[in-house]
Amino acid sequence: MFDYLTGFDHDVFDQFERMRRQMDVMFGDRGGPLGIRSVAAGTYPAINVGASPTQVDVYVFAAGADPKSLDISLQQNLLTLSGERETELPEGAQAYRRERFNGSFKRVITLPEDVDPDKVNAAYRDGVLHITVQRKEELQPRKIEVK
Amino acid sequence: MTDTKSMKTTESGQVQRQAEQEVFLRPAVDIYEDSTGITVKADLPGVSRDRLDVQVDGNNLIVEGQAVINMPEGMESRYADVNATRFRRSFALSNELEADNISAEINKGVLTLRMPKRAEVQPRKIEVTGS
Repeated sequence: MFDYLTGFDHDVFDQFERMRRQMDVMFGDRGGPLGIRSVAAGTYPAINVGASPTQVDVYVFAAGADPKSLDISLQQNLLTLSGERETELPEGAQAYRRERFNGSFKRVITLPEDVDPDKVNAAYRDGVLHITVQRKEELQPRKIEVK
Repeated sequence: MTDTKSMKTTESGQVQRQAEQEVFLRPAVDIYEDSTGITVKADLPGVSRDRLDVQVDGNNLIVEGQAVINMPEGMESRYADVNATRFRRSFALSNELEADNISAEINKGVLTLRMPKRAEVQPRKIEVTGS
């Protein structure tokens, strides 16, 4: 039916397929006003931000970036991210397409106001930098027991 | 990153049907040639080796990858540059390339494909004789 099925283990595939749909639905394009710090499609690195009641997750799609070059800072709820990605060609090669970003980059993202700048974690895997920021506890919804 | 709706006009019937059902991201690529072959580099952030599929179908080279992202329960989107997790891009090969000897490697979300040229089309230095 679909040729992309052939390359994957089907049991595992079903599991990832569910996850994929979940993610595609969640981050799907819903129109609406443009974020003031949003960037044009194709800008490197692309960024997604998700929020749950306890934490804020930032996904930076920075394929090929040197993790050591990444500089992350959080001032109140303003996340600034900079780094470098080199895509130099070998000497004497003839280039046909150069679509991949080459050089240094900087992005600024507004996070929800209740993030705790002291509780930040960052991990880089398969070209995605995943930054997790905890939200301040006093602002989290609390369940009130009815006696 | 952009999706691949524009592929409808350029690719085969099967791809058209897929494009209507699924949104694919079109990875940015660098393509360059040296005397021994052609190299393609593609940005596939979030794609690990086991979620990558590189196929040669006749004269076409098809690259597909699935980005896997860990998401906590109860998460809602606040901002999204990327609104799909599947990458796809295809290339028409040229017959002087050895399609059976293409090598693929993925590192930090960057795929490198190396396509060697057949030995008979690699440049040879031609000696000039006489004076």
